[in-house]
Amino acid sequence: MASSGTKPEKTGQGLFARILGSRAPVIAVPYLWLLLFFLAPFLIVLVISLGDIALAIPPFTFKGGIDLENYALLTQDALYWRSYFSSMQIAGLSTIITLLVGYPIAYGMARAPVQWRAALLMLVILPFWTSFLIRVYAWIGILKKEGLLNLALESIGMIDAPLTILNTNVAVYIGIVYSYLPFMVLPLYASLEKMDRSLLEAASDLGCHPLKAFWLITVPLSLPGIIAGCFLVFIPAVGEFVIPDLLGGSETLMIGKTLWVEFFSNRDWPLSSAVAVILLLVLVIPIVLFQRHQARLAERDG
Amino acid sequence: MASSEKATKGPASAGWAPWEDPAAVPHVRLDGVTKRFGDFTAVDNLTLNIFEGEFFSLLGPSGCGKTTILRMLAGFEAPSEGSILIAGQDVSRVPPHRRPVNMMFQSYALFPHMTVEKNIAFGLEQDGLPKDEVAQRVDDVINLVHLGQFRSRKPHQLSGGQKQRVALARSLVKRPKTLLLDEPLGALDKKLREETQFELVNIQEQVGITFIIVTHDQEEAMTMSHRIAVMDHGRIVQTSTPTDIYEAPGSRYVAEFIGDVNVFEGKVAETTPDMLRIESPEAGCPIEATPTPAQEDASHDPSGSVWVAVRPEKLSISHDKPKDAKANCMTGEVWDIGYLGSHSIFHVKLASGKMVTVAQTNRTRAQARAISWEDTVHMTWRPGDAVVLSA
Ligand SMILES: Nc1ncnc2c1ncn2[C@@H]1O[C@H](COP(=O)(O)OP(=O)(O)O)[C@@H](O)[C@H]1O
Ligand SMILES: [Mg+2]
Repeated sequence: MASSGTKPEKTGQGLFARILGSRAPVIAVPYLWLLLFFLAPFLIVLVISLGDIALAIPPFTFKGGIDLENYALLTQDALYWRSYFSSMQIAGLSTIITLLVGYPIAYGMARAPVQWRAALLMLVILPFWTSFLIRVYAWIGILKKEGLLNLALESIGMIDAPLTILNTNVAVYIGIVYSYLPFMVLPLYASLEKMDRSLLEAASDLGCHPLKAFWLITVPLSLPGIIAGCFLVFIPAVGEFVIPDLLGGSETLMIGKTLWVEFFSNRDWPLSSAVAVILLLVLVIPIVLFQRHQARLAERDG
Repeated sequence: MASSEKATKGPASAGWAPWEDPAAVPHVRLDGVTKRFGDFTAVDNLTLNIFEGEFFSLLGPSGCGKTTILRMLAGFEAPSEGSILIAGQDVSRVPPHRRPVNMMFQSYALFPHMTVEKNIAFGLEQDGLPKDEVAQRVDDVINLVHLGQFRSRKPHQLSGGQKQRVALARSLVKRPKTLLLDEPLGALDKKLREETQFELVNIQEQVGITFIIVTHDQEEAMTMSHRIAVMDHGRIVQTSTPTDIYEAPGSRYVAEFIGDVNVFEGKVAETTPDMLRIESPEAGCPIEATPTPAQEDASHDPSGSVWVAVRPEKLSISHDKPKDAKANCMTGEVWDIGYLGSHSIFHVKLASGKMVTVAQTNRTRAQARAISWEDTVHMTWRPGDAVVLSA
C-alpha cells in the first residue's frame, strides 16, 4: 500500500515530482513536438500579423505600431469573407461527398473475407506511392475539353459536345474527393471492422429490417469513424491550395488561393499572416467545442 | 379444444407429456436437419419435436453444435439439409426479422450505444407499439430481472451477470411464442442463477412460451426442463425427461455426462425373463440386474460386452459382508473420503484396481463404527438400481 503513492504526504511533492515521474518523458514527446512545430511557428505568424508591410527583407516592420489594422482590413474587404465562406462551402460539400463515396467502400472492405482485407487496405493506400501533385495533374488530362473523360463519353454517344469540367468548381470537388478519399475510408474502415456482427443479428432477431438496422446500429456505432474521417477531410480541404489552383477556374474562390496571392504576388506578409490566423481560429474553435462536448458525454457515461 | 385441455393438463401439471402422444402436433419440428461448414458437419441429421409450452434443453459439451441449432431456428444459418417447421410453417425462406422466435445470444449482443432501457425497448419499438405500452412492458421486465437501478446505464458499465440479465430481459419482453436461450445463466453467481432458474420456470408457466434452452450445465437442465436432449458431436444421443435421462440412460455417454456413475464392463452369462446375470471381472462379483425392455434389447448379443451403470447414491457401504449376498456385492479398500455435510463421498478401490464412488447420506450424527481410510468395505445394490448398457 505504501508504494501506491496515494498517501497524503506524498502528494505534497507536487508537480515537480510528477514531471520527473517515469511516464513524463513519454507524455512530453508529443507536447514538445507540438510546441516546436506548431505553437512556435503560429506565434511567429501571429506576431507578423500585427505588423505592417514594408519594402525590406523580411518584408514587414513594427515601426507603424503593433495593432490589429490587418484584421480590420479583413473585415472591410468582401474578398476575404467570401473566400472564407466559399472555402467552407467547397470543403463542406466535398466532405459530404467523400463520406457518401467512402462509406460503401469502407463497409465493403470491413465485410470482405478476412484474407482479402489486407490487400484491400493496401489498394486504398496505394495512390500515396505517387506524388500528390502528379495525381492532380493527371486529372487535368482526364477532365480537359479533349481529355479522356470527354473522349470516352463522346465515343459511347452520351454527349455530342465536350463538357466543360476543368477550371470549374466541379473539377475542384472531383479533385478534393479523389485526393482525400483514403483519409475518409481508413477511419471508417477501422470503426466498421471492429463492430460485432452479432449486433445486427440481434437487431434482426428483434424484428428490425436489415436496412433499418444499418441506420439504427451500424451508423451510430461507426460515428467515431465518421467524425474522424470528416475532420481529416474537411480541415485540410478548407486550406487547400494546389487543387483549386490547378483544377479550379476564375470563379473558384478559396482562402488558400487568396493567401497565396497575398503572400507571393502582393508580398504582404502581415496581411497574409492575419488571413492564416483567422483561418486557424475558424477551424480550431469548432474542434475544441466539439472535443469538450465529447469529453462531457464520456464523463456522463462514466 | 386444445385450450380447454390445457387448463387441466397444462405444462405445469404432473401428467403433461405431449411427446408421448402420437397425435400431438409439435410446435417446433426439425426434420433430418444437417448443417455443414465446409466439410465439417456441425449438426448431423437431427430430428426433433418440441411441443407448445415445453421447456426443452439441449445439453452437451462445448462444440457439439448446440448454438448452431439455435441459429438455424432463429434464421441466421440455413440448414444444409432437412427442414424446420415452426407452428406448422416451413420457415426455411423466412428471414430472421420475420420469424416468430426470439433468441438470447451467448455473447449477449447488447447494443453498446444504447442504455439498458433502450436495449430492452428496441424489439417492442420495431413492432410499432404505442409509447406508453412499450414503457410499461419494459418496466415490468426490468423489475422481473432486478435491473431497476441500472436502467439508464450503458452495457459497458455493467458486470457480466448484469449484461446477461439485460439480454434475457430483451428477449423476454417481446413475449415470443418460442424463446431460444443460449447458455442464459452461465455468468450468474450461484444464488442469482438459482433465483433466475426459478423465475424462468415461473415465466414459462405463466406465459406459456416454448423455451428451447442450450446449456452445458447438467444440473441446470435437470432442474428446469420438461425434456432434455443430450448431444454428442452434432447428434442427439437421447431425448427424455430428466428422470429418465438420469435413471435410465441409453448409453455410457449419457450416463457419464449426467451426474456421477460407476460403470463396470462385463458379459451376459444368463438371461431369464426377470433377471440378467452378468459376469464382470472389473466389479469382482457376479451381477444381477432387472431388465427393462430397453435392457432386454441390450442383452441380445451374448458375445458382446455390456456395461453395468450404478449411481453412487444407489450403493450401500458397510464393514460387514451381507450374509446372503451371492451377487451385487463388491469388496474393496477405502481410498478417500469426502465429507460434504449432508452426505459423504467414498472412493473405494476394488481388487481389479477399479475405483468406485459411493455416496451416503449422513443420517445420524455419529456412527458407532465410522468408515475410515484403508478400511475394507462391502458395497451392495439392488438388482433394479443398476442399468445395463450395450453402448
Ligand atoms: N460459422 C462457422 N463456420 C465454421 N465452423 C463453425 C461455424 N459455426 C460453428 N462452427 C463449428 O461448429 C461446431 C459447433 O459449434 P456450436 O454450435 O457453436 O457449438 P456449441 O454451442 O455446442 O458449443 C464447432 O466445432 C464450431 O467450431
Ligand atoms: Mg454455444
